[in-house]
Amino acid sequence: MTLRLKIAGAVSGLAVLTTVTAAQADVLFWSTQAKPVEEAQAMREQVLAGAGDTVDYQPNDAGPWLTRLNAELQAGSGSIGVLGALHGDFSAMDPESLVDLDVLGVSASSDTFNSLAQLGTDKPQYIPWMQASYIMAANKQALEYLPEGADIDALTYDQLIEWAANVHEGTGSPKFGFPAGPKGLKHRFFQGYLYPSYTNGVVRTFASPEAVTAWEKFAELWEHTNPASTNFSFLQEQLLSGDAWIVFDHTSRLAQAFNERPDDFVAFPAPAGPKGRGFMPVIAGIAIPKTAPDMDAAKDLVKYMMAPETQIATLRATSFFPVVDVELPDDLPPSVQAAGAAVAKMSSAPDANPGLLPAGLGDKGGDFNRIFVDTFERIILARQPIEAVLEDQKTRLAAIMEETGAPCWAPDAPSEGACPVE
Amino acid sequence: MNARILPYVLILPVTLFLCLFFLYPFVLVSKQAFSTGAGFTLDNFREVVSYWKFPISMQNTLLLAAAVVPVQLALALLMATMVNKMQKGRDIVLYIWTIPLGISDLAAGIIWLAIFEQSGFLNSMMSGLGIVDQPVNFLSYQHPGVVFLAIALAEIWRATAIMLVILVAGIGLIPKEYYEAAEVFGASPWKRFTRITLPMLRPSLQTALVLRVILAFEIFAVVAALGGTLFPVLMGETYAYQFDLLNSGAAAAMALIILGISIAFTLVILRVLRVPKGATI
Repeated sequence: MTLRLKIAGAVSGLAVLTTVTAAQADVLFWSTQAKPVEEAQAMREQVLAGAGDTVDYQPNDAGPWLTRLNAELQAGSGSIGVLGALHGDFSAMDPESLVDLDVLGVSASSDTFNSLAQLGTDKPQYIPWMQASYIMAANKQALEYLPEGADIDALTYDQLIEWAANVHEGTGSPKFGFPAGPKGLKHRFFQGYLYPSYTNGVVRTFASPEAVTAWEKFAELWEHTNPASTNFSFLQEQLLSGDAWIVFDHTSRLAQAFNERPDDFVAFPAPAGPKGRGFMPVIAGIAIPKTAPDMDAAKDLVKYMMAPETQIATLRATSFFPVVDVELPDDLPPSVQAAGAAVAKMSSAPDANPGLLPAGLGDKGGDFNRIFVDTFERIILARQPIEAVLEDQKTRLAAIMEETGAPCWAPDAPSEGACPVE
Repeated sequence: MNARILPYVLILPVTLFLCLFFLYPFVLVSKQAFSTGAGFTLDNFREVVSYWKFPISMQNTLLLAAAVVPVQLALALLMATMVNKMQKGRDIVLYIWTIPLGISDLAAGIIWLAIFEQSGFLNSMMSGLGIVDQPVNFLSYQHPGVVFLAIALAEIWRATAIMLVILVAGIGLIPKEYYEAAEVFGASPWKRFTRITLPMLRPSLQTALVLRVILAFEIFAVVAALGGTLFPVLMGETYAYQFDLLNSGAAAAMALIILGISIAFTLVILRVLRVPKGATI
């Protein structure tokens, strides 16, 4: 009996030991990116299978992502090894809770990205991991309605409005699709596309006469926009269902349409306004929380993610582009080819007016986005007078800028101290 | 054990559980709501109340409760009396009617979304019958009335059963003798309902209404599924403060405002439907 007990005890002890060692070898990759099941699976099987340690890739919504991270940081110990998130998610965090990553010796090829990744300190707090942008896409059936003389790769906002109007008239229903749903990225359109194209600024020019024109133009476009757009968050769905023919969205939120029916859709650059062709990059980064259980394994994983082969595997899995210099292979998925060409045309256009992601706002990033979403809801949906709404929202925007002291970012002219709303 | 202490011993586990998982978090939330980092302040409340969507979401929440709860009450009363009169198959009918109770509110919202969507069942049916040429988008900002109606319908479908269950139990407790006496004196079925069932049902009605009204102020998932951001409600704004704006203080303030409204309405219902002392069954 006692012998049996001893054996049983030894066996269970061994079992406990092995599970402990197995758990230690696992690095928990806690991410807000590559959330759809197929993308998460591709991350696990194609990207992370080659990493030295076993990696447990767990994507989640930004809310729960931050809740667990904060709980671990407050407790002073945790199980998360590596964080993957957008620049905005990181900038809302206290840089103190992230490990300085200058010792790794890896970085993006873009200096702008690298300096954004310092989050206002003098050392990288996260490493730029992958990038994307927002582009336009259209059903090929819409091409016959293109206004005369319009070049799809060099459209202006006026031509886009005319095009959408032609489609509306020709098919009897409004077919422009805009991501105005609860999870849609509409605020980025205003911050990175509409405002830079019309006002050559975002904060300084928020309530300028040019901004009034911009909103008037957008209201015109809205006349030919599918009114169900307030429920659209991933426009690949509406492209595939035919509810929208001409759309604006994030490249990875259009990917499925191109991958499923590559011959039915075209991708093209965002339109240009009087102040150029405004567009905005999206950066995702990887970081290590200071509570990471196995610091060396976490650092190895970050280095592994930045290797050129991993970056290309990530591109295939998520449709996010590499941030390091790599030779792109020819056999990429259709969505990547289409989006890559559109982004390249957009950034190399002679009238390109690239904007940056909002920076220096700390945890007020959500409030900053809300200014633009509210302005949209009031002007476009509730049809309140443009000047009055801009004047009212302007005070809220100014309060956020003053509270955070964030200096201006491109295309706004640089400022000393907090970016002023003029 | 001493019969005087026994009840307290028996409720001790529940009390401890509530203190640990309800009272303690509640104290923490209140602390969060009344502070922004430095001492006592009402800033959080000022911030959420001055936001332009606050009056709209307050109005929407109250309107929805005012539209949904009376309909649910009437339906639940009707269904409970019907079930009570049944000789055969009473259990089956009751089970079927309470199915929505087992479905989460988000799932209920998604079921009704599948009906009202642009490519949903209602549209396919209408175009199949030749009523419309092409799908109509019901749930858009252009038709706020339809959005309201869809949310109200989904709520009525989903949450009437909880009142029904309470009322069925309550009706079962009413002694048959009252009805027999009333019949002897020639009271009509309607008279019997208003003079016997309703007054005797008061304690159950109280419970059912308190429960339903509180839940009505907490409505969230059904609205999120059907209305998105088109129909702001208090709970949705609370979620936005916590998870979109990462502003826990403001979210806590919103939560306390909802709690305040719930307590106020509970007190009103308890007062209006109070059962006089000694007048129990």
